[in-house]
Amino acid sequence: MRRTFYNKLILVILVIAFVFYNYAVYTGDAHIVSHRLSRAAIRGQDIWQKNNCSACHQIYGLGGYLGPDLTNIHSHPSKGPEYIRGILNSGIRHMPEYQFGEREKEALTAFLRAVDSTGYYPNKQARFLKNGWVEIKTK
Amino acid sequence: MKGKKYILSFLFLALVSLFISVTGGLWASYQYLHPDFTKDFWHFAKIRPIHVVSSVSWIVLSATGSIYYFLMAKEGKRGLSLSLIKWHFYIFLISGAAIYLSIITGKVGGREFFVFAPVIMIGILAGWVFFAVNYLKNARLRAQDMPVYYWMWGTGMVFMIYHLIEAHFWVLPYFRENFIRDFTIQWKSVGSFVGSWNQLVYGLSIYLMCKIKGDDSLARGKKVFFFYFLGLANLMFGWAHHIYILPTRPWVRITSYLMSMTEWVILLNIIFTFIKSMKREKRRHHLIAYKFMLAADFWIFVNLILALLISIPAINYHTHGTHITVTHTMGSMIGINTMILLSAILYISSGLHPGFSVRKGLQYAFALLNISLAVFLISLFMAGIGKSRWMAEDMPVPFAVLQDGLIPWYRTMFYSGWGIFISLTWILMPAGKILIKYFFSTLKEVIPSGRDE
Repeated sequence: MRRTFYNKLILVILVIAFVFYNYAVYTGDAHIVSHRLSRAAIRGQDIWQKNNCSACHQIYGLGGYLGPDLTNIHSHPSKGPEYIRGILNSGIRHMPEYQFGEREKEALTAFLRAVDSTGYYPNKQARFLKNGWVEIKTK
Repeated sequence: MKGKKYILSFLFLALVSLFISVTGGLWASYQYLHPDFTKDFWHFAKIRPIHVVSSVSWIVLSATGSIYYFLMAKEGKRGLSLSLIKWHFYIFLISGAAIYLSIITGKVGGREFFVFAPVIMIGILAGWVFFAVNYLKNARLRAQDMPVYYWMWGTGMVFMIYHLIEAHFWVLPYFRENFIRDFTIQWKSVGSFVGSWNQLVYGLSIYLMCKIKGDDSLARGKKVFFFYFLGLANLMFGWAHHIYILPTRPWVRITSYLMSMTEWVILLNIIFTFIKSMKREKRRHHLIAYKFMLAADFWIFVNLILALLISIPAINYHTHGTHITVTHTMGSMIGINTMILLSAILYISSGLHPGFSVRKGLQYAFALLNISLAVFLISLFMAGIGKSRWMAEDMPVPFAVLQDGLIPWYRTMFYSGWGIFISLTWILMPAGKILIKYFFSTLKEVIPSGRDE
């Protein structure tokens, strides 16, 4: 009986802590970059999701590994917006032969521009501390 | 169909999901080697989601069926609503069919793990609510004296419901408009979703240990509850090792760093204690189920080392975004979750059909599965080392050239994948046959009710 009471008490304390923690994560303060996506970028994200692009590509290293990470492709010195628009319908290697129209290409480019503006991956200027922590460079 | 038979149907569907999952995995890994293979109609972006949702379905359905089975074995009909089990089964069956239809027709939501159209989640959530209500009905009977696996199953169900909802916060503009917030919460929900099913699966492993050992005190001690709460805290606060590299405030990541990966220590400790104290004669009754628990023990040990290392931010920096992360994921899903769930299904099959556990074929399949898995994980790990080096050297060659250089590891991954496919099919077939046989059986007691077999 006594043990069951303590177990329930611990559970309640954990759940209360979880509620406060979630509130903090859901509010803007938890995220360093807080600018809003434009309507074009949201449209681009819709296209990204509907074609399940993350099955092959990553953003911030998260996604499938068949294609390259696209976090900073928009600002990449040898790639950039023209490269993005050019490769979308190319059907090169593993890429399916998409038939995106100009508006869809623009929207996807706007989405990738928005992603690019949030940070770096890989974070080349990160600072390694002796305790194992890594301070990442932010925009 | 009687309520009890729906429980066998959950288990049978789980085996079908596992078969689709390994077939999809094999197909997708072949596309790494031959980019043009079925590219025009079943390209990678379609096959991978089928592989992923089938893997998740295998875990969810086998855990659900096993928990129902064991709850019924403990309390019989008085502890469960058979009509709720029926509705739960049909709603999962329809949702499952809708998920595959959604992926095949391309009407998807496109989120990792939950790639299908978001509206399908309504049905899935209803199924989980039915499951949780049924569980509460059962747990009420032993409210003052619940072993730890009851706690784990209960919290697993509740947090599963919460995190499935959280995974769809992106449909709300507040979350979606801020990309980093959206992305953070997406990976928070995925991490905790996995933590929730781990509660169900680890609960099953402790239940099985108690049954094989014939001693329920293993699930009631102070230590086991201490580890349970530590695991629960991990589920709540330990997800951010997925997003160390995302521009979030340091406290989000530091909390996770501190909490990280204690779950493996928890289960390793419990299983280790169990094996040390178990009498040899008891093992023979459930030989094959015991072997799978031993295998899970080994893979926990291997994954523990990897998990602890990649949860250190300085190491995570080099392994994140590489196949080393997949090594950890596959090691957990196949090496730990699948071994425990196969142990549960084989325990049930042995109970239904005495003599099943000493079949020679199962022993060979068991050996082939573990050897293939070891080769599979090594190939993924080596491919990850290759990609990590490429990233550290500031990507000296184009991505396509890197991928070509990794082909020997992808080929090894593909052939070892065949080993996993063959061995799992070898195990699934006889287990599936037993489930079908007892599904159509005229025996009144398909599942031993209320006598805690």
